[in-house]
Amino acid sequence: MTETPPHSRKSPYPLWFFIPAAIIYGVLFLFPTISSLWYSLTRWDLSTAQFIGLENFQQFFSEPFLVKGLVNTLLYAVTTSGLKTVCGLLLAVLLTSNIFARGFLRTLVFFPVLVSTIGIGITFTVMMHPTKGIINVTLETLGIPGPGWLTNPALALFSVALVDVWKGVGLATLIFIAGLAAISPDYYEAARIDGATRLQQFFRITLPLVRPATVIVVTLSLIGGLRSFDLIWAMTRGGPGFSSDVIASVIYKQYQAGFYGLSTAGNVILFALIAVIILPFTLRFDRREVEE
Amino acid sequence: MRSVRPYLTGAIALAVAAVIFVMPFVFVALQAVKSKSEASRLDFELPEHWLFWDNLVAVFKARDYQLVLAYFNSTLITVVSVTILILLSAMVGYVMQRRKTAWNRVAFAALFMGLMMPPAVVPTIGLLQDIGLFKTMTGMILIQVAYNLSFSVLLYRSFISTIPRDLDEAALIDGAKPRQIFFRVVLPLLKPVTVTNIVVQSIAIFNDFTNPLYYLPGKENVTVQLTLYNFQSMYSSQYNLLFMNILLVTIPPLIVFIFFNRQIVAGMTAGGVKG
Repeated sequence: MTETPPHSRKSPYPLWFFIPAAIIYGVLFLFPTISSLWYSLTRWDLSTAQFIGLENFQQFFSEPFLVKGLVNTLLYAVTTSGLKTVCGLLLAVLLTSNIFARGFLRTLVFFPVLVSTIGIGITFTVMMHPTKGIINVTLETLGIPGPGWLTNPALALFSVALVDVWKGVGLATLIFIAGLAAISPDYYEAARIDGATRLQQFFRITLPLVRPATVIVVTLSLIGGLRSFDLIWAMTRGGPGFSSDVIASVIYKQYQAGFYGLSTAGNVILFALIAVIILPFTLRFDRREVEE
Repeated sequence: MRSVRPYLTGAIALAVAAVIFVMPFVFVALQAVKSKSEASRLDFELPEHWLFWDNLVAVFKARDYQLVLAYFNSTLITVVSVTILILLSAMVGYVMQRRKTAWNRVAFAALFMGLMMPPAVVPTIGLLQDIGLFKTMTGMILIQVAYNLSFSVLLYRSFISTIPRDLDEAALIDGAKPRQIFFRVVLPLLKPVTVTNIVVQSIAIFNDFTNPLYYLPGKENVTVQLTLYNFQSMYSSQYNLLFMNILLVTIPPLIVFIFFNRQIVAGMTAGGVKG
């Protein structure tokens, strides 16, 4: 049996409860994350690492297709996050109002969240086929010439982003529904007595009071968007050309090509990007933690 | 006066949702039961012959029953890592919520980092090679535990704050050891959040593609998501089999969803929004 150290006998909450988790988490997540800062400064073949300073970063920022990955990451994150927030809020308002088949609709919107991203990626790739795909065939019968969703370099990234929104909006909706449920109906009643229109009620009551949920949805979807890899990889492999490459797919490609130092530098850049963008939001989280 | 408006809005919403959210799944199911030539047209026509069983068998037989192996591997990874995850994160969440020490702040910051930051993949691969766990099930399971720990701990932590401390103290006075307080008194009370954790994490790990792609290469290690990815190029001329594969991979989350819908919804929202 394990010896209990004397200090934990005083507290009924033993510190050793942390240990197994801390070992796994420390060894497999924290240590590689910290050591990536060193490896990003090396030319590295997994056995020997030769220090080369900032050369990997210089290379990263001087290669147009790598910079493109950086820009795309930001575009993708902002697009998906913006759409998920707006659509999620509107859907949540609709699905908390008194409508027919409400429960069923909630279920329907949420289900894609749980389904295999790769499966969804393949399905939409087929449906977005420029000539045979169901989307363009439908558009054609309506007399609208459908674009090459995934074959047009100017469009591919946004097509994938749309599918991402399709898959993820259910989670945003769910969080907003919980946020809306926390708003007291008294506010709406008072507003109605004062003669506020539905639109006024939405902008003056709903929007300000649902802010905690908005912060969560924006934060989660931004983090998800910045890290996003599997859907993009399943649908375009970063193509056509490098038009839909994001940092995560660049990291994978450089890893496959054996440029381990460069790949790790990509990781460090992604860390920095996430930290800079997400920190203002997490400070908000922290403040709430303290208030609790 | 009962208004017809809820019905009208509901009906319109249903119709739009049917097109946007149901159609893709119908499409998958339709292609999966067609013949090769019918499926290659990628349309919404009903199949002339329903080949559900034939396609099912063909997908399972492909590449020496690779899908069977993949189901086995994915199930093994999911079950073992979720079990470890539940136990460890309940323990951590409990002590974190109950003992307010400086260490807790450090642990919280470290966990929060795990929620935000993507893992540094290549250094992790290097490390796994060094300790002999690269391309092994053990390595993959431990990775899944490490990567999903943050979420589970934070979920437990917020749930445990709803369990009164008086309970722990009562057990202590009755002579229970710290370990017993947790395993006999607290853990059973955590059942609702444990179910949520099991459901959410099983789905996440079963559906995970990126981590097996990096840490578990090799034919004998294939997972269901990887078979899908491999079949994507292999079946580019046999859409019926590709979609049968997608259908098969979608079924486990569907079953989980049907049984635990409420639980997932409660759990997802409990941790986050508190007004």
